[in-house]
Amino acid sequence: MSRKLPMFKAISEAIAQEMERDENVFVMGEDIGAYGGIFGATQGLLEKFGPERVRDTPISESAFIGAALGAATKGLRPIVELMFVDFFGVAMDQIYNHIAKAHYMSGGQIRMPVVIMTAMGGGYCDAAQHSQCLYGLFAHVPGLKIVIPSNSYDAKGLMISAIRDDDPVMYFFHKMLMGLEWMPSPEEAAVEVPEEPYTVPIGEAKVVREGDDVTITTVARMVYEALWAAKELEKEGISAEIIDLRTLVPLDKETILQSVKKTCRLLVVDEDYRSYGMSGEIIATVVENIGNELKSPPMRIAYPDIPIPYSRVLEKHVLPDKEKIVNAVKAMVQ
Amino acid sequence: MGVDNIPKETLLEMFKTMHKIRTYEEALGEVYYEGKTPNFDISAGPIPGELHLSSGQESAAVGVCIHLRPDDAVVGTHRAHHFAIAKGVDLKKMTAEIFGKATGLSGGKGGHMHLFDASVNFSCSGIVGASFPQAVGVGLAAKMKGEDYVAVAIGGEGATNQGTFHEALNMAAIWKLPVIFVIEDNGWAVSVPKDKSTAVADNSERAKAYGIPGVSVDGGDVIAVYKAAKEAVERARRGEGPTLIEIRVYRLRGHFEGDPQLYRPKEDLELATAKDPLPKFERLLMEKRVATEEELNRIKEENEKEVRDAIEFARNSLYPEPEEALKGVFAGGG
Repeated sequence: MSRKLPMFKAISEAIAQEMERDENVFVMGEDIGAYGGIFGATQGLLEKFGPERVRDTPISESAFIGAALGAATKGLRPIVELMFVDFFGVAMDQIYNHIAKAHYMSGGQIRMPVVIMTAMGGGYCDAAQHSQCLYGLFAHVPGLKIVIPSNSYDAKGLMISAIRDDDPVMYFFHKMLMGLEWMPSPEEAAVEVPEEPYTVPIGEAKVVREGDDVTITTVARMVYEALWAAKELEKEGISAEIIDLRTLVPLDKETILQSVKKTCRLLVVDEDYRSYGMSGEIIATVVENIGNELKSPPMRIAYPDIPIPYSRVLEKHVLPDKEKIVNAVKAMVQ
Repeated sequence: MGVDNIPKETLLEMFKTMHKIRTYEEALGEVYYEGKTPNFDISAGPIPGELHLSSGQESAAVGVCIHLRPDDAVVGTHRAHHFAIAKGVDLKKMTAEIFGKATGLSGGKGGHMHLFDASVNFSCSGIVGASFPQAVGVGLAAKMKGEDYVAVAIGGEGATNQGTFHEALNMAAIWKLPVIFVIEDNGWAVSVPKDKSTAVADNSERAKAYGIPGVSVDGGDVIAVYKAAKEAVERARRGEGPTLIEIRVYRLRGHFEGDPQLYRPKEDLELATAKDPLPKFERLLMEKRVATEEELNRIKEENEKEVRDAIEFARNSLYPEPEEALKGVFAGGG
C-alpha cells in the first residue's frame, strides 16, 4: 500500500518505523518532541515513543551532538536534529573533528552510526543566517556521508538507509520541499510513498528525466527548477537529461559520467555557494574523466559568493531558478 | 594493613600504576629527543609531532580510575597517557601507536593525542573541551539502556572556559546522568595562568550553577583524590547524577616537550616538585607500614621492565603500509 505523503511525514514515518524495529534508535534535538520539529520531521514521535527516546534538548548543539557520539560508542543509534544547517558553527568541532574522524582515527575500533538531520535552503526571505545550504562544506570533510532527498519517496528511503548505516550520515532536507502548510513547496515533491519500510541506497543518483542534448546535474529543490526548465527547453527542441544526485558522499560518478558521455554537455545547478563547492567538484570529475568528449565547456549556476540577502527582490535575483537554467542551456547548445 | 580503610592491595595497585605512569612518561620524554638534537625538529625521531606528558598528574588518573570497570568510559584530553594507563589500555599497543606503528591501537592513524581502546572504553582528543559532551552521551546511553556503567570526562582547568563544559554540565544535570567531570587543574592553560583565564579560584564552585555537587581536591594527595572520586562514582552508579571534581595537580614538565617554559616562575616549578604526589605516596605507604621498601622496589622493577618492553615492542614493530592511509574512513570500507 502506498499513498501520497509530503516529505516531512515521510521522514517522521521512516524514523518511527526504525525506532519500532530497533530499540537503539532514538532522536534528540531542539523542539523535536512536543513541537514535532520546527519543520515537522519528528511529528508524532513523542506520542509514540515517549520523552526518553524522543528527547528535547537545551539549546546546546555542541553538547547534544557530542553526546550523540558518546551514545554511539555504547551501541545506540542516535538521530540528532540540527534545526538549521546554518547553526553548525556552534557545534562543528564535534561534527568534523570527532564524529567524522572517530572511525578512521581509532583504526576501525569505533563505529559512528549517527544521523545528523538538518534543514537547509532559501527562497522564502529568511536571510543570511537561515537560508544556506552548506552541504558542500560538509561534503568536503572526509568521514561524513551526505544525503539530500528531493521528494518524499527518497526522503523515507534515504532516512531508513541513514539510520541503518554504521557511518555518520548528514541528512539534509530542503525546507521548501517539506510540504508544510506554512511554506510553499512544489507539489511534485509529495509523491507516492509505500507504507512499509524500504531503503533508497546511499550513493545512488537517479536520472529523473532522460534527454540527449545536455545533462543537468543537481540536487534538492533545484531538481524541480531543472525539470520546469526542461519543459520549456523541449518547446524549443532542446532535450535535457536531469540527474538528481540524492547523495553527495559517496558521489555516484558512474551515473554522471554515463549521462554526460551521451549528451556531451554538462550544466550543474547548485543552491550552495559557487566557489570551492559541489558545482566545481562535479565539473572537475567530468573534465578529469571525459573532458575530451565535451562539445562545449561545462557550465554552472550556483549561489554567488555573497551572504544571502533578505529582501525578496534581492534573493530572487541571485537564487538559481528555471529562467537562469533555460538561458544557460540555450547558450551552451547554440 | 591499609590507610583510611583502603585495603593494602588497592593501595599497592595505586602505587604501581602511579609509578608506572611516571616511569613511562619519563622514558618517552627521553626517546622523544632522539633525532631531535642538537637541532629540535618536531617531525623527526621515533616519536614525531607533539608530545604532552603527564608527569606530576598521576594522582588524578589513578585516584579516579581505580574505581572504574572496563565498561565505564573515560574520555581524555591531549594529555592522556596517565588516564590511558590507569584505565587499563594495553601499554605495548599504546606505545606502538605513539611511535606510529602498524601494531598500535589504531595502526598508527591516531597518534599520541588520539588514543582509542574500545575494549576498555577509553578515548581522547586533541581538542580542548571536546570530552565533556561525549561523556554525557555515554552517560545517556547508560541511562537509556538501564545499565550501571559511568562516564568520566577529563579536562584541564583551561577547558572549563569552553562552551562545551557549561553545555555538558547543564545537560548532564537536567538529565541526571552518570557522569563525573574531572578537571585537572595544573595551573596553566599552556602558558596562561589560571588567575588570568578563569573567573573563579576553584572550578568546583561552578557546579553550583548547574545544581550538582562540586569538590576541590589536592592532587598532591592521591588518597584525597581516591575518596572524592569514590563518592562521585558511587553516586553516579546509583543513578543520582553527575559530580564535578577539580583536582589541583602540578605539571612537572612543559605544556609539550620542547616548551622552554619561559612564562613559568621558578617558584612554580619548585612547588611542583614539592607537591609531587608520587614520593609523597611512597613515603606514606612506608610510614603506615603498608609496604616495605623492598616490596615497593620490586614493584618499581616490574614497572621499569614493562615500560622497557613496551618501548622495545614499539621500536621493533613495522610501520603501516603507506597505502593503509587511504583505507578506513568509513565502516563499510573506503
